[in-house]
Amino acid sequence: MTRRAVARALVYLSLVLATLVVLLPLTVVFLTSLKTSGEMADDGGALTLPDDPLNFGNYVTAFQDGRMLSAFGNTAVILVVAIGGTVLIGSMTAYAIDRFRFRFRKLVLALFLVAALVPGVTTQVATFQIVNSLGMFDSLWAPIALYMGTDIVSIYIFLQFVRAIPVSLDESARIDGANAFTVYRKIIFPLLKPAIATVVIVKGINVYNDFYIPFLYMPSEDLGVISTSLFRFKGPFGAHWETISAGAILVIVPTLIVFLVLQRFIYNGFTRGATK
Amino acid sequence: MTDTTRKAARPVSQAAPAGPAPPSAARRPRRWRGVTPWLFLIAPLALLIAFTYAPIVNMVAYSFTDWDGVSPELRYTGAENYTELFTRPELFEVFFVSGYYLAASVVQIGAALYFATVLSFNVRFRNFFKGVLFFPYLINGVAIGFVFLYFFQDGGTLDAILSLFGHDGDRSWLGTPTSANVSLAGVSVWRYLGLNFVLFLGAIQSIPGELYEAAELDGANRWQQFRHIIAPGIRPVLSLSVILSVSGSLSVFEIPYIMTGGATGTETFVIQTVKLAFQFNKTGLASAAAVVLLLIILAVTWVQRRLVPDDKVDLV
Repeated sequence: MTRRAVARALVYLSLVLATLVVLLPLTVVFLTSLKTSGEMADDGGALTLPDDPLNFGNYVTAFQDGRMLSAFGNTAVILVVAIGGTVLIGSMTAYAIDRFRFRFRKLVLALFLVAALVPGVTTQVATFQIVNSLGMFDSLWAPIALYMGTDIVSIYIFLQFVRAIPVSLDESARIDGANAFTVYRKIIFPLLKPAIATVVIVKGINVYNDFYIPFLYMPSEDLGVISTSLFRFKGPFGAHWETISAGAILVIVPTLIVFLVLQRFIYNGFTRGATK
Repeated sequence: MTDTTRKAARPVSQAAPAGPAPPSAARRPRRWRGVTPWLFLIAPLALLIAFTYAPIVNMVAYSFTDWDGVSPELRYTGAENYTELFTRPELFEVFFVSGYYLAASVVQIGAALYFATVLSFNVRFRNFFKGVLFFPYLINGVAIGFVFLYFFQDGGTLDAILSLFGHDGDRSWLGTPTSANVSLAGVSVWRYLGLNFVLFLGAIQSIPGELYEAAELDGANRWQQFRHIIAPGIRPVLSLSVILSVSGSLSVFEIPYIMTGGATGTETFVIQTVKLAFQFNKTGLASAAAVVLLLIILAVTWVQRRLVPDDKVDLV
């Protein structure tokens, strides 16, 4: 009995320790974001509390001088268009592959399958030239097209779900005179809601957090998304850790809210998205 | 389950047009039916070819040239780029940096496995701990970079914590190659542990609960339950995680680029490739490097598939 109790205590100890490891760096940055530059210069150490816990001055600086408003705007545009496109493209591909028997079907499937094995980072040197020659370099179209065009995972998620929809539903609609597009729009697409939720969540988090693609393809300052705008803090705010911290917290807070609200869906989304 | 019903239903779908179909369907030309799927596939295939296959083909072609990425002139140089890559040690050295991340992923998978096992049993505040462990995975990489730059700074979070325990003196954690790489690999564990954890948790929870009850009746302890029920039950996810960590360790970019810019020996393969291509305009050499990385990753994937055949691949 006592051995069990000791084991239990150790388990809790490990969990508390892990919680500290996760939360401490974030908490310290949050505290730093509330300090004034004077307090930072005094060097009271990273763990001291800010004098005024309601000092949001750094947030104002970060938001305005860091051009976070336009960054959130650009990110929102990319998010909406790229996710909308991914959902449409993924579900259409899945519908076509699962419901039709046509020539080269196996080849098409193989093309998608093999593409899943190629990590995006490796081909970026050559992708860059293509994006450039299409005239999309340094515009919002570059990340939008890339996010839509390389998302194999969502196609798989949709494929799993389309399969689960009984073909007899399509058939009865066909008998009523519906064509392939009507079947897709009126039957398949509405029944894919859970898959769409999964794709929107997984894709949304990826797009919101991506640094590599906007960094490479949108060097203009006007086109900063939240990752690249935050990255630019390194220059002007150099050693102003209170401003940099405020910027980092500004970027993290939306994620935290979405996570707290959609927790269960997010877990499901990732288990589904990553294993397939 | 769904698969069998689907297969049973399939012949009906093929037989239907031949049967007494309504006039509109009967009149539709046969050709039209063959075109329909392609109408759905035009956009996806165009994107797939433009942004995945065309780049691969081009990349292989560039890798045999001395192209700078801008000028219209390019010269075929044969395998020169590849020879350069393998004979200039500093170009290949970046692969040793991956070793740190590879070692870190061992720690990461081990810890994720431990926490997933612990939290799949009855534990107080289970959802809180789950959330805390997973959340870092969702945070923006640049924000994480800044959080940990501050963490490792002289007199930053880490030094402040250590001084609480009487360890005095500021240390520059990112100052020497070894400690910098260990620190960065640590950040990578902090960031990605949550993904492995959630994948393992999902797999463990899909194991039927009666198995544990039966094992408990037979007097199996926690370790035996783990060894004989959980470990075999999550093998597919485990092998997926291994393959993801190997290819992830080879293609590390964000954290070191944001935190050190590749200084003090923390340059990784992708940072080097990006610098070669976009700063030094050596598109040819960068392409060769990328081809090498791609081949390594494909080889690793292939070996993994041979060793642990995935019986869940039923895409067709």
